[in-house]
Amino acid sequence: MCDTCGCNITHANQHLVKPGGKLSRVEDGREAVTVLKNLLSENDHIAGHNREHFDRHGVLAINLMSSPGSGKTALLEASVKLLADKFRIAVIEGDLETENDADRIRAHGVPAIQISTGSACHLDAHMVHDALHELSLDDLDIVFIENVGNLVCPASFDLGQHHNITLLSSTEGDDKPAKYPVMFRAADLMLLTKADLLAVLDDFDPAKAETCLRNLANTAPVITLSSKTGEGLEDWVNWLEQEVSAQRDRIKTGETRRPAIQADGVELHAHG
Amino acid sequence: MHEFAVCQDMLTQIESIAAEEQAAAVDMVTVRIGPLSGIEPHLLQQAFPLAAAGTVAENAELIIEALPIRVKCQICDAETEAKANRLICGECGDYHTQLLSGDEMLLASLELVKEPQEAIHV
Repeated sequence: MCDTCGCNITHANQHLVKPGGKLSRVEDGREAVTVLKNLLSENDHIAGHNREHFDRHGVLAINLMSSPGSGKTALLEASVKLLADKFRIAVIEGDLETENDADRIRAHGVPAIQISTGSACHLDAHMVHDALHELSLDDLDIVFIENVGNLVCPASFDLGQHHNITLLSSTEGDDKPAKYPVMFRAADLMLLTKADLLAVLDDFDPAKAETCLRNLANTAPVITLSSKTGEGLEDWVNWLEQEVSAQRDRIKTGETRRPAIQADGVELHAHG
Repeated sequence: MHEFAVCQDMLTQIESIAAEEQAAAVDMVTVRIGPLSGIEPHLLQQAFPLAAAGTVAENAELIIEALPIRVKCQICDAETEAKANRLICGECGDYHTQLLSGDEMLLASLELVKEPQEAIHV
């Protein structure tokens, strides 16, 4: 059998050597290799590792994403007050600069690790991995990851979280899901925040925001709330309680959960 | 905005494949990008040479294949093309659809130079 006339090509290996196959020769000294892996495989590998860490310690990990100033830190402050007796919580904060957000969380007696990303516009799995080394996961039930305020880049990076939550505040447009489809498509839950301002902001229609979300084929629940007045926080706490309980059930059976969109994508890509 | 970071991650993968295949260099990198991946093809094209400098893919050409957005309706079973912010069924208009393509960010294939390149004497 030789490399010249093609007599070494069999039924069993022809898929490898035909054009586009894993071992096809393009020309002398050159070889084409089919890869078909996610561009962010390196990140995804570390993200998977982070998820295993969370699962091994029975922790629910939640990634909060939104534009800057939509009330992520205010929501966390209100949440840790309400959940203090129920769950042991820690927060990983991502910002370009300052420890301000971590300081706000620590003031409530909750451990907070600040990741200063410098000029990076998103958190990635490596940064979260480093932050996890500073937390005692055995002593925790929920880790909130407050991503960098940005409706674009954070959506592309898996961190190892179980859920993505996207916040949309009433001071932004109700058509944000239509303008930033990649971000809102990734949401497992959409929170409409600063509901106390809806009375004066008559151009923000919560129903329209939900329609824009549905147009992205996203069936995620939507909760309207105000961290300031407490309106809607009960629904948010109920959602968290359900998900902590679901996470405990998954751990018993050795299962895990990925944010809905990413699981789907990986499945299609792996076999597509 | 994050395309440089995506390139860096991709190059780590390319370097490990090139090392595994004992390639002297990478000539061509083909990626498949869908509009819902969050990656802008022209920004990826601009970031690639900067991220590839000093790596085995430093002289590689980056080919970006753009993929369409297609959805399958879970209600009426129709497969239709869709827009990034309107992923509802093109036939019946229901939002219970499954994305068939459009969120890909795949490293599809590499063309490797297997023979050591001749040293250039200046």
